[in-house]
Amino acid sequence: MRDDARVTAKDASPDTHEPLVVSGSDGLRVSGDATLEQGGKLWKLLGAALADGTGNLSIDVAGIKTIDGGGAALLIARARAYEQRTSSTVTWSGAAPSVAAMLDLNDRELAPLPRRPRERFLAQIGRVTYEIGDRAGAVLTFVGQLAAATWASITGPRNVNWRDLYRLVERAGADAVPIVLLINFLVGLITAVQAAFQLKPYGGDIFVADLVAKAMTREFGPLMTAIIVAGRSGAGFAAELGTMKVSEEIDALRSMGICHYCHLVLPRLLALVIAMPVLTVLANLLGIAGGLFTAMLYLDVTIPTFIQKTQSVLTLADVGTGLIKSVAFAFVIALSACERGLATTGGAEGVGRSTTSAVVGILFQIVFVNALFTILFQVFEI
Amino acid sequence: MTPITEDIAPLDRHTDDVVIRVHDLSIGWGDFTLLEGMSYDVHRGDVFVILGGSGCGKSTMLRHLVGLEQPQSGTIHVEGVGTPSMVIGPPPFGILFQSGALFGSMTVAQNVALPLRTWTDLEPDAIAAIVRAKLALVGLDGAENNLPSEISGGMKKRAGIARALAFEPKILFLDEPSAGLDPITAVELDEQILTLSKHLGMTIVIVTHELASIFKIATNCIMLDKTARGIIARGPPQALRESAKQPFVQSFFRREALEDHT
Ligand SMILES: Nc1ncnc2c1ncn2[C@@H]1O[C@H](COP(=O)(O)OP(=O)(O)O)[C@@H](O)[C@H]1O
Ligand SMILES: [Mg+2]
Repeated sequence: MRDDARVTAKDASPDTHEPLVVSGSDGLRVSGDATLEQGGKLWKLLGAALADGTGNLSIDVAGIKTIDGGGAALLIARARAYEQRTSSTVTWSGAAPSVAAMLDLNDRELAPLPRRPRERFLAQIGRVTYEIGDRAGAVLTFVGQLAAATWASITGPRNVNWRDLYRLVERAGADAVPIVLLINFLVGLITAVQAAFQLKPYGGDIFVADLVAKAMTREFGPLMTAIIVAGRSGAGFAAELGTMKVSEEIDALRSMGICHYCHLVLPRLLALVIAMPVLTVLANLLGIAGGLFTAMLYLDVTIPTFIQKTQSVLTLADVGTGLIKSVAFAFVIALSACERGLATTGGAEGVGRSTTSAVVGILFQIVFVNALFTILFQVFEI
Repeated sequence: MTPITEDIAPLDRHTDDVVIRVHDLSIGWGDFTLLEGMSYDVHRGDVFVILGGSGCGKSTMLRHLVGLEQPQSGTIHVEGVGTPSMVIGPPPFGILFQSGALFGSMTVAQNVALPLRTWTDLEPDAIAAIVRAKLALVGLDGAENNLPSEISGGMKKRAGIARALAFEPKILFLDEPSAGLDPITAVELDEQILTLSKHLGMTIVIVTHELASIFKIATNCIMLDKTARGIIARGPPQALRESAKQPFVQSFFRREALEDHT
């Protein structure tokens, strides 16, 4: 690299592609390659050569061997900056036809560069506050629209997209079975392990069966299933509806007079309301099986005894409250996911944002609703 | 130092240098073959137009030419690249996708600047100068700081063209560049394409349906057909209009002929 940006002609080796910028009495001479590849050097050389001159300037470009759009843009930009700084004009001389054409092509009157105003801190707080209000309004609107849609679909079931329902139940329910089974088996297993550690010293081995049965059916079965369904179907619904929203598919539906709540939201809600209790029952069974597995390995309890104990301790209320929870979770997941999906704006990035926000929101609501139900069931001794 | 003006006289647009050689190409998925037995050459400086009915595989053909997809059989050879495939490195082609394919999380200017930022060591202000020139070229200066979701379909298309041009590609692939453009911008785009091919010797492969534009800019065409599963006509557009015998080709160009005489 040369230290001095201004290079004299005798340094020039004629066969390289290096750009050269020579200041003479009659103006500037540019030679070599004015290409994107040599752009870095060209930009620096021009910057140095044009830094301190004044008055009208002629730039001789006859020596430019090769030019492309990038090189031309750099030449033009430096020349324009010089013109602005010195209130003078730059003229090009000696341009070969292709150099002239490229300079011309890249020398357009530019619109002034628009700037995005930076948001002040206070303004940001104001906007966010305002947005929270907007959000609340939007959720209310969603609920209202959905209620209207539900009424419309009861009076005219033709409005609902029943054909999607089967596919949705399959995707949200049947396809989730393996993961629900595996996870709940493990949850039952570790619950039993922890219980066994605590109870074994007191000879309370058999009570592990009670604990696993109650914990799985009342809490873990519905909860773990809901978490899995939130991750699979909740994220899926939000992304699917979000993509439809940003690609104007929702608008297209509405333009055909089709209610998108009936067409998209209700089938998804119904699918989860059908699938989740079924998944929860399976989850309960596998959780108890997990407990049984632990008992087999760790405890002085035979399999028949364990099963018998489980049967005697489980009541309809245990399973029933769990299933009530699972239906509530189905509502939470389907409605939150669809609401977030339909509120999507801003392209692919927006879809990602609403999917994330749907899943996070759903997980929070699930835990909250679960606690609420557990407390209610305790209070009313169900 | 002697000025070497002779060397940079405008290239004769159609040269004998083969830049892309396609030999016995078949395109399809699994057992299904969409197009087969296609051979053609694209020469340096050509504006090579791929024609055909909707859904006949024009975009798919482009995706094969740039190496986004691999053929069922046959070969594609690109000068200086070999068999095209997607590799990490400075891109050998400029590509405009049919949908524009702008990155939604970046502003228009950041979209155009991306290849320059990644593959050159230019300073930010130099990159900004190039980006502004490219955007001015496609009539988008002023929209630099907009996100893709804030501009219209035609503007996205033009931003896509600016991005394809940013890295000064030797070969430019454009998938329906003028779809969604107003006639005035479309004509300007044609002129830009002509300038790029004339003065930079850029080779340009275009999918387009704009007959007026085809006659103005194309040096060579091929027409694909779904039922014939291959190329049904080839040659400069004027020659195709005069002498093509296939009904589809005739009716394709007749519309132009009719419009021409009104
Ligand atoms: N990945 C794929 N698998 C199967 N078929 C495809 C795939 N991509 C495109 N096709 C089919 O190939 C045909 C050509 O598509 P395309 O190249 O986009 O057409 P066009 O000529 O309108 O650009 C279409 O019928 C489309 O359905
Ligand atoms: Mg296409």
